Amino acid sequence: MSDLNDVYNDLIMEHSMNSYNKRKIENADKTEKGHNPSCGDEIELQLKMDGNIIEDIAFTGQGCAISQSSTSIMSDVLRGKTIQEAKEIVKTFIDMIKRETTDEKQLEKLEDAIAFKNIAYMPARVKCALLAWHTIEKML
Amino acid sequence: MISAEEIKKDFLILKDNNIAYLDSGATSQKPKQVLEAVEKYYNTANANPYRGTYKLSESATQEYGRAREVVAKFINAKYSEEVIFTKNASEALNLIAYSYGLENIKKDDEIVISIMEHHSNLVPWQKVVKQNGAKLKYMYINKNYELDLEEIKSKITKNTKIVAITHVSNVLGTINPIKEIAKIAHQNGAIVVADCAQSVPHMKIDVQDIDADFVVFSGHKMLAPLGIGVLYGKKQLLENMVPFIMGGDMIEYVYEQETTFAELPHKFEAGTQNVGGAIGLASAIKYLENIGFDTIHKLEQEIVEYAKQELSKLEYVETYYTPNKENHCSVISFNIKGVHPHDLATILDSCNVAIRAGDHCAQPLIRYMNIPATCRATFYIYNTKQDVDKLVQGLQKAYNMFSKFIH
Ligand SMILES: Cc1ncc(COP(=O)(O)O)c(C=O)c1O
Ligand SMILES: [Zn+2]
Repeated sequence: MSDLNDVYNDLIMEHSMNSYNKRKIENADKTEKGHNPSCGDEIELQLKMDGNIIEDIAFTGQGCAISQSSTSIMSDVLRGKTIQEAKEIVKTFIDMIKRETTDEKQLEKLEDAIAFKNIAYMPARVKCALLAWHTIEKML
Repeated sequence: MISAEEIKKDFLILKDNNIAYLDSGATSQKPKQVLEAVEKYYNTANANPYRGTYKLSESATQEYGRAREVVAKFINAKYSEEVIFTKNASEALNLIAYSYGLENIKKDDEIVISIMEHHSNLVPWQKVVKQNGAKLKYMYINKNYELDLEEIKSKITKNTKIVAITHVSNVLGTINPIKEIAKIAHQNGAIVVADCAQSVPHMKIDVQDIDADFVVFSGHKMLAPLGIGVLYGKKQLLENMVPFIMGGDMIEYVYEQETTFAELPHKFEAGTQNVGGAIGLASAIKYLENIGFDTIHKLEQEIVEYAKQELSKLEYVETYYTPNKENHCSVISFNIKGVHPHDLATILDSCNVAIRAGDHCAQPLIRYMNIPATCRATFYIYNTKQDVDKLVQGLQKAYNMFSKFIH
């Protein structure tokens, strides 16, 4: 197993405990629920679009630190991106967690979401990290 | 009296991994005596039981029969054919639901269970009531996480045909008054199914004394290998039930369009059986009886009381068990305020402490308690005070990690 502090690092902890992305969007364009029964993690993602661009993204929900921080950090990373860019980032994130991409150059586009890299070595928690990303896949 | 430290030496996995294993409620570890008995069977007596006419097959048949007798004696069954080997408690409960429930439950009949049931003693009954137009009623817990006698009496009525109840809750550790429940059920003309998966490993069960009509448990929670479980049923009930799984060894005569079935216990044991598992179970029973249930009770009482005392010193830990010591057994569920149980389990894992986090296959109970999940430490004969100390250290670490982010 990887070092615990690599996973529960300050960035992840701060996002899980005190996320400014945890809020409702007034007249959102899209809403989608995600659920991870193994942990009981639940999120509801909301998108506000400006044409092709994700103008705002926010979520509500409850669950473990990994699922909640992953959702929050994803919100930061995808805000302001085009749908096409977002799709690529989502794919790269999923590939990283499944250890199908380790190319540093590729991973750069994940910005802060790269903090979850070591979750790949914690099989029991992979679902937590992926919940938000699988949920947004359905919305893009 | 033998000590937990002494017992632990028989469990190589615990010795070699330096792990505080606090998940015996999910499955216990296995002592070398049990593993040796299984190995010996495969090295000296293995063949397909019942089917061969040579010496080895006869030895397999005999060993299997002997294992059944050991189990029958262990639970004080009147006849050894009242003991049916299954894969686990879940399969045994499904057998009862299909072969007894579906056949006997009629429209508007009631099946009574408790809110603390494991899904294995809940989902099969949902199927029975849905299919037959009957009702599933719940007995709820009081603030001590126990079933009140008034609650039991108000739910079990003349309409009740089956009462299916866990003897010990796998989330709360509550010991239910199984004997009184059986009595009340019988007074109302209902039969009783006792899920003893969490009690048989820890206490002497006498099926005639508690007078349950069916009793189920899993070998793997009581030192035996995975894949062997037990259904006990009163002979007269079992004899009148239809088979559950059809196949080899459970028949008498098979014609092109008709079949007659074998006698008990074979009627309920289709296909080649897990003889190695049954021998492992018999060996586990011998191991437990050698220590003795009085000693087991004392050892567990000591460790559980110590754990309760140490946990109560951590003001940020919330626990869920009855204050009545005599109604509580081997399970402590808990939460740390502000820390999700799965994060806690991950952090404890990094401290070499194995506990379980989640709904523990008891979603209706967790929902009723209005919490998202719990962490659960379960204790067995090989757990020492050092295991508890490691748990407490891990909890402190987790609390420190999370509390600095609570603004
Ligand atoms: C109370 C109770 N009933 C039934 C079961 C099911 O046992 P198994 O999974 O071995 O079938 C369990 C254990 O998981 C349990 O704790
Ligand atoms: Zn999770």
